[in-house]
Amino acid sequence: MNSLSFKTLRNCQITRLDDIPLVSPTVFRNAVIVAVKNGARISALFGVPQNRLKDQVFYKDPPGAEIRLFAILANDQIGTLSVVSTNVQNSYPALTPECPQAHWFEREIYEQWEIKPEGHPWLKPIRFHKSYMRDPSRAGSGDTNIGITDFFRLEGAEVHDVAVGPVHAGIIEPGHFRFQCHGENVYHLEISLGYQHRGVEKALLGGPGKRTLHYMETIAGDTTIGHTTAYNHILEALAGTAVSLRALSIRGIALELERIANHTGDLGALAGDVGYLPTASFCGRIRGDFLNMTALLCGSRFGRGLVVPGGVDYDLTGNLSAQLKDRLQTGLADVTAAVNLLWDAPSVLARFESTGFIPAQTAKNMGLVGTAARACDVVRDARYDLPSGIFRFSQIPVSVWHTGDVFARAYVRWLEIQRSLNFIQNQLAMLPEGRISAKMETPAADSFVVSIVEGWRGEICHVALTDRDGRFRHYKIIDPSFHNWIGLALALRNQQISDFPLCNKSFNLSYCGHDL
Amino acid sequence: MPIASIINICLGLLLAPLLLGIINKTKAFFAGRTGQPLFQAYLDIIKQLRKGVVYSQTTSLIFRAGPVIGLASVLIALAIVPLGGVAAPLAFSGDLLIFAYILGLMRFFTVLAALDTGSSFEGMGASREVLFSALAEPALLIGLAAIARETHAMSLSQMLPAVSFLSPEVVLVTVALLIVYLCENARIPFDDPNTHLELTMIHEVMVLDHSGPDFAFILYGSALKLWVLGLVIIGIVFPASSGSFWFISVISAIGGLFFLAVIVGIIESTMARLRLIRIPQLLVAAGSLSLFAFILVLR
Repeated sequence: MNSLSFKTLRNCQITRLDDIPLVSPTVFRNAVIVAVKNGARISALFGVPQNRLKDQVFYKDPPGAEIRLFAILANDQIGTLSVVSTNVQNSYPALTPECPQAHWFEREIYEQWEIKPEGHPWLKPIRFHKSYMRDPSRAGSGDTNIGITDFFRLEGAEVHDVAVGPVHAGIIEPGHFRFQCHGENVYHLEISLGYQHRGVEKALLGGPGKRTLHYMETIAGDTTIGHTTAYNHILEALAGTAVSLRALSIRGIALELERIANHTGDLGALAGDVGYLPTASFCGRIRGDFLNMTALLCGSRFGRGLVVPGGVDYDLTGNLSAQLKDRLQTGLADVTAAVNLLWDAPSVLARFESTGFIPAQTAKNMGLVGTAARACDVVRDARYDLPSGIFRFSQIPVSVWHTGDVFARAYVRWLEIQRSLNFIQNQLAMLPEGRISAKMETPAADSFVVSIVEGWRGEICHVALTDRDGRFRHYKIIDPSFHNWIGLALALRNQQISDFPLCNKSFNLSYCGHDL
Repeated sequence: MPIASIINICLGLLLAPLLLGIINKTKAFFAGRTGQPLFQAYLDIIKQLRKGVVYSQTTSLIFRAGPVIGLASVLIALAIVPLGGVAAPLAFSGDLLIFAYILGLMRFFTVLAALDTGSSFEGMGASREVLFSALAEPALLIGLAAIARETHAMSLSQMLPAVSFLSPEVVLVTVALLIVYLCENARIPFDDPNTHLELTMIHEVMVLDHSGPDFAFILYGSALKLWVLGLVIIGIVFPASSGSFWFISVISAIGGLFFLAVIVGIIESTMARLRLIRIPQLLVAAGSLSLFAFILVLR
């Protein structure tokens, strides 16, 4: 019934900004809710102020401006994206009560643009920055005292609050966690982020420029390849550049190396969290070996400088390719030995199994992505559902496990390590010939592109809107962590508080990728 | 003989931190790493002794007394346990009860000091520590009672040399005491001494607020606790007859302690921590073993 409301796009397909349907808020709301009920998933939901859409000066979003909301829904089954938009001012009826996966997006809209989603049950800031509208007369959500908010409280005797962070005992990113506990049992966990907010999206306005690529490399340092690939797909779609198959293949190899390295590190860290030393130590080292393979490719362990507009900056010569094959062989043997120790240790399995359980339906309702979703028996992988780059030609089987607990999240990682190693070996065996970079034309004017890449954490979604000169009017980044933080909070319900670090590590979400 | 027993105490004071080094070296070996130096525990204690102390304004005298009373208690325990067939300087009939409860006193003040900080972490750690020690205590006491009954002695210095070698009840008590040993000293599978995750800690989280010399006292105290409880286990497994040459039996007892440290290291390397709610089950199992041993002795 609502198919008319949407513009249907493929991943990385360019369209004119004027072609995006603009409907009334009621139609918008119903269209999104019905589509999500029918199996679509919110990939992005964000506001763009009218002044940016009308070619007015950037950086000065006037108070009280009308905001245009864009919703980008992913139809995983048929591999398309549906886009719709609406204009709102001051407030609109919230989607969240009927479509829970919109909740975090609507909180973001409220915080950034002071547009109130009426009826939102959990309307608190997610990053604690000042509203972009800069209207001193309206309090809005712009409470800039970071981490100070009205946390949910549990009433009753013997109930206690535990506050953790933002400074943690380990060398990790800052974030605040508030547990409502009864003894050792956690009733509710509230996660309060924003400590890493740098204003990346604002800095990208008017781009692409010299710095843009480097912002992309550092959105989440451990997902450099994932984010730069998504960004370059956007630029190439805007410029109509045909990237050579060889460059796409090298990007694919780098993306999977990133996945393998991070998954290996995570499995080691999971072992460390339950005090199982052998795997913890071995995987720590083997992760380094995989990072060094990326360094072999481009000189940077995190793949900085490898993926550039039009292709890649470093070729995989015959000599390098042979070396990489050798190292992969050793890496596979090492990681297999180290990880199998985990599955053979009853004491480890006793800790992993049925800890931090999330039902498949919850994962679907909340729109979880990546390993967290696949561990709940949800077949959802952008490399398969919405393929871009090399994955249009060379598929990787989707790795799924059905138990929804820490074990599942660990086991899916192990399955993916094997599939990805296989993929890289296949790519190396038949690396296409050709140039590694193509000349870039200027980006198309007044256009709209969505680019989705399956990073190692899950779906990375970038959206670009260009102005009449082909510069970014608006650039939206959704890191997989943005979808998944709520998954961690839900996984902790009715768990032991002592299992929090283990659950947290099984998600291993990015703070800076969320805070931007 | 008093000179021998004083030398024994000095050996304990000197060598106790080495046990931590041996455990860590064993773990490093299993993990394929070089690991920290064997004498790292000494270096840590010296480092902490030279540092200043920071006290939270919300704490009271109890917080400052905790480490001092803790160290004093374990020193008394050291004077009660015999080493290598030589009677301890503080040996008297019934000293095994004092031994068990002087360690209880140490724990009591650590818990009070933790609660005194008012931190939610330390409160959680204190509640876990009290729960688990309440279950570990019967295992230790009934186990010692079984040995006392078997040897018809009420002093550790008379009991331990008289234990019969590897009789069924002794084997049961040894296993029970080994479990208590791991629990009391906050080792895997009960607690992870290396973890940085305050939400999962038991013992470590209680001493988070201590610093400088206070923390040195706590480190040294826990090394001594590892030593004295280890001596009880070694005394039961390798009873040193009082007739043999003092020097050799002391060397073999210390060798036994080092061997025990290696075993602890192996256990820590080959298994993960228990889920917190499973810990009571293991401790109750240890208590049952002690009880069975006691019943065997009674027959």
